[in-house]
Amino acid sequence: MAEPMMERSEILQIHGIHKSFSAHQVLSGIDLSLRACETVAILGGSGSGKTTLLKLIAGLSRPDRGQIFLFGKDIIPMSEQELLPFRKRMGVVFQGAALFDSLTVLENIAFPLRFHTRTSERGIRTRVAQLLAQVGLPGIEEQYPAGLSGGMKKRVGIARALAREPELVLFDEPTAGLDPKNARMICDLIAELRRTVCETSVVVTHDLQCAFAISDQIAFLDQGKIIEVATPENLRHSSRPEVQMFLTGAFDQATPIRVTEGRRIWNSGPA
Amino acid sequence: MRRFFAYLGGAFLLAFQAFRLAIRPPYHVSLLVAQIHAMGVLSLVLTLVAGLFAGMVVALQGAHELERFGATLYIGPTVARSMVREAAPVMTALLVGGKVGAGITAELGAMMVTEQVDALRAIGANYVKFLVVPRLLAGLVVFPLLTIVANVVGVIGGLLVAMFQYRLDYVLYWNTIFNFTTFQDYFSGFGKSVVFGFLIALAGCYQGLTFTGGSVELGRATTGTVVVIGIAVLVADYLLTQLFFLL
Repeated sequence: MAEPMMERSEILQIHGIHKSFSAHQVLSGIDLSLRACETVAILGGSGSGKTTLLKLIAGLSRPDRGQIFLFGKDIIPMSEQELLPFRKRMGVVFQGAALFDSLTVLENIAFPLRFHTRTSERGIRTRVAQLLAQVGLPGIEEQYPAGLSGGMKKRVGIARALAREPELVLFDEPTAGLDPKNARMICDLIAELRRTVCETSVVVTHDLQCAFAISDQIAFLDQGKIIEVATPENLRHSSRPEVQMFLTGAFDQATPIRVTEGRRIWNSGPA
Repeated sequence: MRRFFAYLGGAFLLAFQAFRLAIRPPYHVSLLVAQIHAMGVLSLVLTLVAGLFAGMVVALQGAHELERFGATLYIGPTVARSMVREAAPVMTALLVGGKVGAGITAELGAMMVTEQVDALRAIGANYVKFLVVPRLLAGLVVFPLLTIVANVVGVIGGLLVAMFQYRLDYVLYWNTIFNFTTFQDYFSGFGKSVVFGFLIALAGCYQGLTFTGGSVELGRATTGTVVVIGIAVLVADYLLTQLFFLL
């Protein structure tokens, strides 16, 4: 299939992405596009396929069918080697930060710099200090990830993803599992990046407040399909019941809760 | 059966990929050194203790048999040939290999779960080059070296038994060793340890990188590695022993 006509500033285009794990269909026909300097939040409940979609965009996993055009090229048929130039232009912030345990904070953030650039050691130190100040964690260069709190790890993860000033940043649940103060701080940071350096980003989240604060567009993902793409303002007034349930918090009640059988440990002792 | 061949194919494909990447620059020497330290230096005490006692047991057992023929004089070469050809490489591979391989699986498996392997890929670093190449090369270097160490202490262990229990002269012990062992003995032991080192590191890496699941599965995967290594080493040992007798 020929490459579709793209607007000049279009960074990402997704066409008809399907992905399943064993018999479980996770994504069934996703279409999405993103222009430069735009932030799209992908909103949806747990298990709706948000992280899977993000991994596909990052080229970390392959869809069963569909196309993903990144900077104008279809990345699906590419080998790891061919993906390399695209990865250099992209930063990924992982849900659990995914810092390298064996390296210090400095080495973690410096990793993409040392790997892809010929920056001098002094230049690297300056850049790392600057990034750490930006994420509100100055002076922790020599610490190891094991000694950091969840929120700190996440912020270091963001600093590592931003180290090479990527054109596209993918955030996987940047505020999940954080206390409100840390969550707000990360949210503000993403918003600030969008304002100041024309960052293009995809933010996968179920944090409503954050999604509304940072995005130009919100794509609502439900049961493997994007059922609505709208500006935050328009999404608020969406007529779709699934969206309204999610926004008003009725979503959780509407979703059946699966309980693992036979694991009620507290009942296992002698009566 | 299909799963067995898929496993074998996957593992050797990984090894092929790793060796192809190993010869291409850049070379991450510091990662290799770190792995040699983790695998070798941290297994030294285990090797020394195991080697010493293995040598002593072989000497005891050997002397007991030799005594019946009035040939206790030949404890030296009995110990040396048993250790060099068989006991040292196999014991090191089973004992240290199980420890090292399980450690690799646990480490890489945890890296898979915490998305560190994905993070490496997302940065554009080849994870095979970063994670598998140093471990495979370290396996190839460390196991022959540990086997040599086990040989030396094993022979010393045999000497202790020969001297203190069988009142054998230590000069005689050494001389008989050098008179009755051949280059082939050393070559076959060394060759085995290289192959074992490769199999151990490969099994550890492959089990780790194909890992999915949580802490229960990780426990299962690491013990699985020990089993895979045990069987792989013994099967390879049989085949190599056949091969070296043919040579």
